[in-house]
Amino acid sequence: MSKVAVFNQCPGSEVMAESPLAHQSSVKGGRALIVTEHAFLGHLILRGQADNESLKSAVLSVVGVELPLQPLTFVLNETTGASVQWLSPDEWLLILPAGQEYEVEQNLRQQISGHFSIVNVGGGQTLLRLKGDKVFDLLSKSCVYDVHERNFPVGKAVATTFAKATAIIRRPNEQEWELVIRRSFADYCYRWITDAGREFDLTFTV
Amino acid sequence: MLHIFCPYCGEHREEAEFRPKGQAHIARPLSPEQCSDEEWAEYLFFRDNPRGIHHELWVHATGCRKFFNVTRHTVSYEILETYKMGEKPKVTAESLAKGGRS
Repeated sequence: MSKVAVFNQCPGSEVMAESPLAHQSSVKGGRALIVTEHAFLGHLILRGQADNESLKSAVLSVVGVELPLQPLTFVLNETTGASVQWLSPDEWLLILPAGQEYEVEQNLRQQISGHFSIVNVGGGQTLLRLKGDKVFDLLSKSCVYDVHERNFPVGKAVATTFAKATAIIRRPNEQEWELVIRRSFADYCYRWITDAGREFDLTFTV
Repeated sequence: MLHIFCPYCGEHREEAEFRPKGQAHIARPLSPEQCSDEEWAEYLFFRDNPRGIHHELWVHATGCRKFFNVTRHTVSYEILETYKMGEKPKVTAESLAKGGRS
């Protein structure tokens, strides 16, 4: 049980929230490459020692999935849509359905003992979902990481450079890819994707 | 373009994901206030510039953001090994002089 003061960073419905791509417009195109922004999800960074048993049991009971200890992997709770991703040996990224981050953070803080930290980074990054036959082509021309199937199976998640910007690339299932990008780079990534995706008749929904 | 093995991610990554951070294994003097100016300057500013094996500190800046050590040949740029923080290098100038790579 930690004594850190936690406050609800989600404004109520009376305060207008703006996604990092709020000022950009959607692009209408075909179905070969569809990019959709999923704004306002709960993003938490959890740090702690991987051998801390309370950390593992708290994540299992609060999020409903095992804490991934295998590098470059993430696990998805199919029922709730929440996910936990390995970022480094002592750091994990939790992506939660919108509005749950305050409650989840409090529950985790109650159940984890020892040396740990939880930071709400939801305001600093946003998630894009990419699907369609041409996603592989878009990714492989935008980043240096090998996104071929033999190197990037379902369930893998890597932090790498996407169009020279820092981004996380994740593969939740065969059809979809996810891109977690920084808020400050969202506009740049949007422009990069719309430009790079033009040849694939991109559809971008913000 | 160098292909660097990150010991924390457990795979080879492109050089663009990494940043070099200079010479590795520099021990901070245990009692800085007891140091002479020369000793302190030696610690702060003076670095080795060998022709051959060099142990360096690198950070996986856009990946796991962990620091780790790299043993690199400064002439051929060949990376002989990478190892985690706190570990000792297996390949050193002495081990190479004794009889090739370990």
